[in-house]
Amino acid sequence: MASDTEQTAGIEEGVRRRDFINIAAVSFAGVGAAAVVIPLVNQMNPSADVLALSSTEIDISAITTGQAIKTSWRKQPVFVRNLTTDEITAANAVKPSDLRDPQTLAERTKAGKENWLITLGVCTHLGCVPLGAAEGENRGDFGGYFCPCHGSHYDTAARIRKGPAPTNLVVPPYEFTSDTVVTIG
Amino acid sequence: MSFPWAKQYQPQHPLMQWLDEKLPLPRLAYNAVGAGYPVPRNLNYFWNFGVLAGAALAIQIITGIVLAMHYAANAGVAFNSVEHIMRDVNAGWFIRYAHMNGASMFFIVVYLHIFRGLYYGSYKAPREMVWLLGVVIFLLMMATAFMGYVLPWGQMSFWGAQVITGFFSAIPVVGDPIRVWLLGGFAPDNAALNRFFSLHYLLPFVIAGVIILHIWALHIPGSSNPTGIEVKDEQDTVPFHPYYTAKDGVGLGVFLFVFAALTFFTPNLLGHADNYIAANPLSTPAHIVPEWYFWPFYAILRAFTFNFLWIDAKLWGVIAMFAAIALLFFLPWLDSSPVKSSTYRPLNRIFFWILVADVLILGYCGKSAAEQPYVILSQIGSIYYFAHFLIILPIISRIERPLPMPNSITEAVLAKHADAESAPATA
Repeated sequence: MASDTEQTAGIEEGVRRRDFINIAAVSFAGVGAAAVVIPLVNQMNPSADVLALSSTEIDISAITTGQAIKTSWRKQPVFVRNLTTDEITAANAVKPSDLRDPQTLAERTKAGKENWLITLGVCTHLGCVPLGAAEGENRGDFGGYFCPCHGSHYDTAARIRKGPAPTNLVVPPYEFTSDTVVTIG
Repeated sequence: MSFPWAKQYQPQHPLMQWLDEKLPLPRLAYNAVGAGYPVPRNLNYFWNFGVLAGAALAIQIITGIVLAMHYAANAGVAFNSVEHIMRDVNAGWFIRYAHMNGASMFFIVVYLHIFRGLYYGSYKAPREMVWLLGVVIFLLMMATAFMGYVLPWGQMSFWGAQVITGFFSAIPVVGDPIRVWLLGGFAPDNAALNRFFSLHYLLPFVIAGVIILHIWALHIPGSSNPTGIEVKDEQDTVPFHPYYTAKDGVGLGVFLFVFAALTFFTPNLLGHADNYIAANPLSTPAHIVPEWYFWPFYAILRAFTFNFLWIDAKLWGVIAMFAAIALLFFLPWLDSSPVKSSTYRPLNRIFFWILVADVLILGYCGKSAAEQPYVILSQIGSIYYFAHFLIILPIISRIERPLPMPNSITEAVLAKHADAESAPATA
């Protein structure tokens, strides 16, 4: 069909068989060049061994109430915190609609395990590790985590309350494989 | 290209004549940076900084190639290989300190070169392309410097990489995939370190290529000069060699003096002690600061602490920071004054110095912690920075009454000499 129109056009003005060959050859070469770019771009993505680190098991039995630990998943820090009753009350006292990134504590924890707050230790602003997981660190104005790089304050449910970070600390995908073991990823 | 009275290359020696017929490379050099390039006779020492920037690039390439012979771009050993260079490699400490401080020297001379251009209106027609290529070089320099800073894999290296690649995650929807793609992982690690090393080695040669274009574009209208008046005839110019090779030689001596003082007496003055601690992905240093040459832009990044319109603070910061540099691409068209040199622009001269002060204040804010009064200062400073280019400059270039100008470069030079001889005469 295309060649039909080309032939009729050819009779009219200046379109020759050679034009068709030129366009076809350049298009073919162009598609080929574009196809070669795909692996060159894709090699930049995480390699198989990096992706293989995507699941981690954590034993939480030793974490007492009010304590938090820092662990690592996909080479990123993870905070596991055993919330106190006061911290849970403080988190539930806030109206979600007042928050920059509205979420309740229940939405950020597993049913029946509301005291276990598991988040990435990566500030959602530019990726620093917030303070507050270790004993005696600055926990910010809202008693959760505080990022020293650009001054983001997170509350006891690790929700952003003040500072430049746009969203709450990310809750990674995880499951309780038993009462004392959590699998992240 | 060039002026009709430019000296012609005439090789005397038969070997040079033979070479000129086969590959006229000496002719190219003669016409570009030799006696064959006529240059305004009135250039002051601020015209040294282009050559100094070229010298700084050459120093970085030479020291960098040597360092690459001893450095290992692997997250497991990179930090130790840098310590190996510092302690074990013969003269390794000297070469690394020269490379570290050479980067700072490169930025110092380039900033002076840029502000020279701003004061004397070097970006104006017919030299817009020279300016545009210069901004491209500046961007490439920043990318190269950032990736180089990551290579020692210290705490500042690691967290600098985390924060800077974090800029990309501010882009809606595709931001996170782009960041992961850039890093080759979910956080800076071996993949990121390796590609940064590869690009850090490549980009200086790209810079060298763009510098050739920069000089090529410059040589079409010829160099500007402190009066901003274009060359009219032969008596306005002198040959580049020996006049400006000699004058640049003086500047080069001063440059090397300062460079040597930094390298030998205070090699870590411009660095951060935290970068002598090996990278730790689980602990951020209390105070993350980029290298000094990024401070003003870092202050603009952090100036947005609040959401505005439908865009969040993080994205605003990133947009503003990139816009602060992208703005320079439009400068030749934002300033519509037909007068180039601020010597004859009383209003522009005042606002030029206010801009210099503003950038210095922003730099100080970028260095300081993210707390008051630096937050509000960097907000005011950022607003002023954009206002200077987008509001003040377009307005003053329309309302300003330039001072009376001499008719030619020669007239300006002779008037200056007459002034000097017969005490205070009027201009």
